[in-house]
Amino acid sequence: MRPTAPSPRRSPLRLLLTAALAITAPGALTACGTGSGSDPDTVEVSYKQSTDNQIRVLDTFLADVKKQFEKANPGKKVKLVPIKAPDSEYYTKVQQMLRSPKTAPDLVYEDTFLINSDITSGYLKPLDDYLADWKDWDQFIDTAKTAAKAEDGKTYGVPDGTDTRGLWFDKAIFEKAGLPADWQPKTWADILTAARTIKDKVPDVIPLNVYTGKPAGEAATMQGFEMLLYGTEDATAADASDPLYDEKSKKWKAGTQGFKDALTFVETVYKEKLGPEVSDALDPNISTRVRGELLPEGRLGINLDGSWLPQDWLPGSGHAWPDWSEKLGLAHMPTQNGQSPGKVSMSGGWTWAIPDKAGNPDLAFEFIETMQTKANAQKWYIANSGIAVRKDVAEDPAYAEAQPGIKFFTDLVPSTHYRPAYPAYPKVSTAIQEAMESVTTGDASVSEAAENYDEELKAATDNQVIEE
Amino acid sequence: MKSPARPAAGPPPHPTLRSLTRVLPLTPATVLLLLFLAGPIAYCAYIAFTDLQLTGQAEDSFIGFDNFRTAFGDEAFLNAVWLTLVFTVISALIGQNTLGLALAALMQRASKPVRTLVGGIVVTAWVLPEVVAGFLLYAFFRREGTLNAILDWLHLPTQNWLYTLPILAVSFANVWRGTAFSMLVYSAALNEIPKEITEAAEVDGAGGWRRMWHITLPMIRRSIGTNLMLITLQTLSVFGLIWVMTRGGPSGKSQTLPLFMYEEAFQKSMIGYGTAVALLLLVVGSLFSTIYLRLLRTEV
Repeated sequence: MRPTAPSPRRSPLRLLLTAALAITAPGALTACGTGSGSDPDTVEVSYKQSTDNQIRVLDTFLADVKKQFEKANPGKKVKLVPIKAPDSEYYTKVQQMLRSPKTAPDLVYEDTFLINSDITSGYLKPLDDYLADWKDWDQFIDTAKTAAKAEDGKTYGVPDGTDTRGLWFDKAIFEKAGLPADWQPKTWADILTAARTIKDKVPDVIPLNVYTGKPAGEAATMQGFEMLLYGTEDATAADASDPLYDEKSKKWKAGTQGFKDALTFVETVYKEKLGPEVSDALDPNISTRVRGELLPEGRLGINLDGSWLPQDWLPGSGHAWPDWSEKLGLAHMPTQNGQSPGKVSMSGGWTWAIPDKAGNPDLAFEFIETMQTKANAQKWYIANSGIAVRKDVAEDPAYAEAQPGIKFFTDLVPSTHYRPAYPAYPKVSTAIQEAMESVTTGDASVSEAAENYDEELKAATDNQVIEE
Repeated sequence: MKSPARPAAGPPPHPTLRSLTRVLPLTPATVLLLLFLAGPIAYCAYIAFTDLQLTGQAEDSFIGFDNFRTAFGDEAFLNAVWLTLVFTVISALIGQNTLGLALAALMQRASKPVRTLVGGIVVTAWVLPEVVAGFLLYAFFRREGTLNAILDWLHLPTQNWLYTLPILAVSFANVWRGTAFSMLVYSAALNEIPKEITEAAEVDGAGGWRRMWHITLPMIRRSIGTNLMLITLQTLSVFGLIWVMTRGGPSGKSQTLPLFMYEEAFQKSMIGYGTAVALLLLVVGSLFSTIYLRLLRTEV
């Protein structure tokens, strides 16, 4: 009779293979990357590419600047290294690249959201010596200059525009609901009233979108929560301070009344089904869907969102929607009860920074200079629906008239707020998203969510917390 | 029982020399393994004992077992451990394993065209990249997806599966994607069973189930052990599939350990803590492996 079972003798090779498999399966989770060195005549530029294949605004702009740069500097080359990822994954990828001289690019596109964190890590090079010799730097407005200034007083990035936020609304839906075409809510209650009216009169559309939860990431924190939170206090009062962070004691504020009020607003939107279906709101692709489908298809009444939306609707962007300005109205976000100054906006934006481990920092700065000539900067603000940070561009009528909406969003700059973008901020932001998500799904009440936030906040900030 | 023929040879070579010549061809592989597997893993093991952050920190320091203490006191971590076990048991041990065996057994009897067709479909699911498979199943389960379209057509209630039953949805996805592997392993094992034995059992009057239970299963026991170990390890490290379909949500209801680790390490920038979690995942994997290896050792 033939042997029925395989030979019990185990070869060393099989054992080794088994061991290797046992190690590699979980080991694959600890992914580590490698890269190549730097060529002295090539500037490597890393930037964020849209996850929407049809949006190529930054790619087109950089390709144009690359051509100009290579023409003006014979023998020098620009290598564009796009990173195609949603925001949060882009940051991660960049931070991993910045850790090693082998992978660090010469120039990197940094969100002001994380720049302080990366500065603290020593990933970026101070640019003060370069900026001192660059005459165009005087053209940048002062608030923008501080966007990438660290606690050590040095500047680490050149901003390429900023952004503001407000309410976008669908005029056709408003007409059907019997709401005015020049709608301007004065309080949060006005927004909810309008949303309830839409729900009653136009039942097949989503009345109001407020980004929420972890899948939406920083969009939930900044376009959603902070647009509410920063309107809970009187920003013009003498003792006004940041609702998240106390500058005097250098501590983070634990769940304040304003924090709970903002959460209550989010809870109301989703509890009363004024927002998208909860499962849609927590879909990681919600912001792409809002811009690409819901608004253009007339399926969303009111959208609390950023000034950059029209960049997706420009001709050639794939979702061209040239007459959006006739279909959509704009209203500024009111404060909670109409307290002074009556409107709220948040601002952020991106900067170009040079990694500490960059191989060719000098060449990289020359590339920034080429990118930020008045003509190129203006081209860029218009192309990406950005808000100008150069005075000469802001004063140019060609800029203000280039697109509907630019004037509206530029006028919000005086009443805008910047996030306390200190190193702990990204973790604080995640804690905010978790609190929002739990009231959105109904897993926690507002007070439970606020308590959880307090706990998370303590962990995220090493107990640098004050309670009011 | 006849032992396999050995090549005729003169006096056997010196024992140490013989073992040396046997080990020599393995040296390059061993060096590569040490360099590219053991090296990073050792480095990661070290990082797990530091408070290293991806960003927001000028210097890191050694903090001993703090990360592990934090993990065991962290509800989200315990939730992830539980979900990882649920996911592994449902999708690997029950789903892929039994479905793979069933498919392999049925295909033994099927005609050639059926075998080719079924095999082709199942293997296609396996060959697809994880992320592509994730998107396909996201499209299948989402609110406006295929599954709901079918249910609607049958006048059955629909729901957003990714939201209401996320861990089941991703487990199903993993079964869909990974069954082919078990099927191939079991097909090979079933082909090894000598026809005479099954025929003899059939003559003795044993039905299909009895033959399966008393003859087939004991005879392919080793393959079961190997298969279980491999699919368990594969399943423990599934990341892309769940990431694409649910990102671990809603509210962490499908957040298995790899996703939890990713969030802590890369989204909250706490590389040290994330690595500690990865090490714990490694421990879970080793535990499973040990159990299966014991199973393999037992002789029929």
